[in-house]
Amino acid sequence: MQQSRPIAERAWVTIVWVLTGFFVVNLLAMIGTVVTSSFATRWLGTWLPAGWTPKWYISAWDEFQLDDLLIVTFEVVFAVVALSALLGIPAAYALARREFPGKKLVMLLFLLPLLVPPVTYGIPLATVLYKSGLGGTMSGVIAANLVPAVPFVILVMIPFIEQIDPKIEAAARVFGASTFRLFVHVLVPLLLPGALAALLLVLVRTIAMFELTFLTAGPGSQTLVVALYYAVFAAGVRAVQSVDAMAVVYMLTTLVWLIVALRFVNPTQMVTRAKQQQH
Amino acid sequence: MSVGDTPPPPLRLRLASHGLDAVTLLVLPAAALLVALFVYPFFYGLWLSLHPKDGSIFGNYVKFFSDPFLYETIGKTLWLAVPVTVLNLVAAIPIAFRVRRMRNQRLLTTILVLPITLGTVLVAEGMLNYFGPQGWFNRTVMTLGLSATPLKLVHNYTGVFLSLVITGFPFTFLLVLSYLTGIDPVLEQAASTLGAKASSRFRHILLPLLVPGLGVTFCLGFVQAFSVFPSAVLLGAPAGPTRVISIAAYEAAFEQYDYSLASAIAMVMAAVLLAVIVAVMSLRGLFYRGPASGGKG
Repeated sequence: MQQSRPIAERAWVTIVWVLTGFFVVNLLAMIGTVVTSSFATRWLGTWLPAGWTPKWYISAWDEFQLDDLLIVTFEVVFAVVALSALLGIPAAYALARREFPGKKLVMLLFLLPLLVPPVTYGIPLATVLYKSGLGGTMSGVIAANLVPAVPFVILVMIPFIEQIDPKIEAAARVFGASTFRLFVHVLVPLLLPGALAALLLVLVRTIAMFELTFLTAGPGSQTLVVALYYAVFAAGVRAVQSVDAMAVVYMLTTLVWLIVALRFVNPTQMVTRAKQQQH
Repeated sequence: MSVGDTPPPPLRLRLASHGLDAVTLLVLPAAALLVALFVYPFFYGLWLSLHPKDGSIFGNYVKFFSDPFLYETIGKTLWLAVPVTVLNLVAAIPIAFRVRRMRNQRLLTTILVLPITLGTVLVAEGMLNYFGPQGWFNRTVMTLGLSATPLKLVHNYTGVFLSLVITGFPFTFLLVLSYLTGIDPVLEQAASTLGAKASSRFRHILLPLLVPGLGVTFCLGFVQAFSVFPSAVLLGAPAGPTRVISIAAYEAAFEQYDYSLASAIAMVMAAVLLAVIVAVMSLRGLFYRGPASGGKG
């Protein structure tokens, strides 16, 4: 039954694959440039650097105070993850299990921060934070990053909770479980896989969240990505290799968590965020 | 059927019958946080934008729309965002159709998720090296004899455009792919059984089912491209052709400390986004809307 495919279709398939290949090769080469440059002694006008050295990592570590930056980054990120779990998972549970008047409005409240770009709401938010004295502090950065993180956890968790049969909870009640025991022995184990996936995604997104942190951070509350922006912005002040070494450190911190996250979620889940809600 | 003698049920039960009980209250902390950090700042910003330094109500908006340095940012941003979004979408559809049938999708999707995860700042740093006059890209172009001099690909419109393709295309592609895999393959098989060729299966079955998803994808991609900020500064000409609207808002807030004008610019930005989204969604309403799964389970 299999007919030989017409030439036009084969040409079409080839074009599609060539384009995809071109994109992927350029993408990987671009990342490769940063890594190569960070190990280069001198790299001007040749395909490969004149020599290799790890010294830029040592100088970048001192120049940019990477240890401080990493500590701040992880303090911010883990605070955001913990708070968004604490606020987001109960809210998702309520929204998945109950129908109540005004539910559509509440859903809209959780959908909008994911649809409106961070720069747009970040500027009024930064204004409010600066007026209230939180601007430029660690708490301000954490508060700003919660705005997209909490809705993200909620929208990832709702479909996950909906597919857990409520009869399981009812059965635990019938057998006399208290609310506490129901929570510890039934809900936590059931919710754990979904919560883990949602929180890992929040973690990766918060490390890479530039706009909100940039608008609200002060000198002591900068995260790695914001410091990287300033380093690239002030190009010429420091050696290119030094900035690239910092970029590689940033890449590694993100990629470690991405690899962990991809063990639990499909790559497409990184972008489909609010998809289920929009029908 | 008389109920006159029975006392009304207690308030708690009446609320519970409407779905309001202790479990529903769990939604309150998260909702309160977003009211405080998202809704309130928005209205505060709106109020602030109507109270400019000179005291008139619409002073900021008059200033925005009479100063070419400010109002031209809308056109410049649209001139970047619309072509990039259309290009990403047009490229993503055929590739998603191919990849859908691929057995080992995961490697490709993992590679494509890299630029989204790493973010625009890292992409900008990589592009400055890679697409620069001495970068590998220009070296390859010159070695192949495609151009005698290095192509100017950064610090101009092209640089920002390319960065929006590098971060925007994977995003668009992964969204289209997830919509496409959500269409029940049985529908296409049925059309095939009835003798429809690949091209007519695409035109009459898959495309109509995909259009609502493409509308959403276009909006999400457009919103990201329209709010471009770090790459417009790092890879573009932030004083000239890539002075996008978010740069204008940032400068007003953090360089001139005129939060009132900055809020007004943020409001203009939100209004343009809303206008485009409403236009796309109402176009989408002209097409088929309904389930994309098979008729029978």
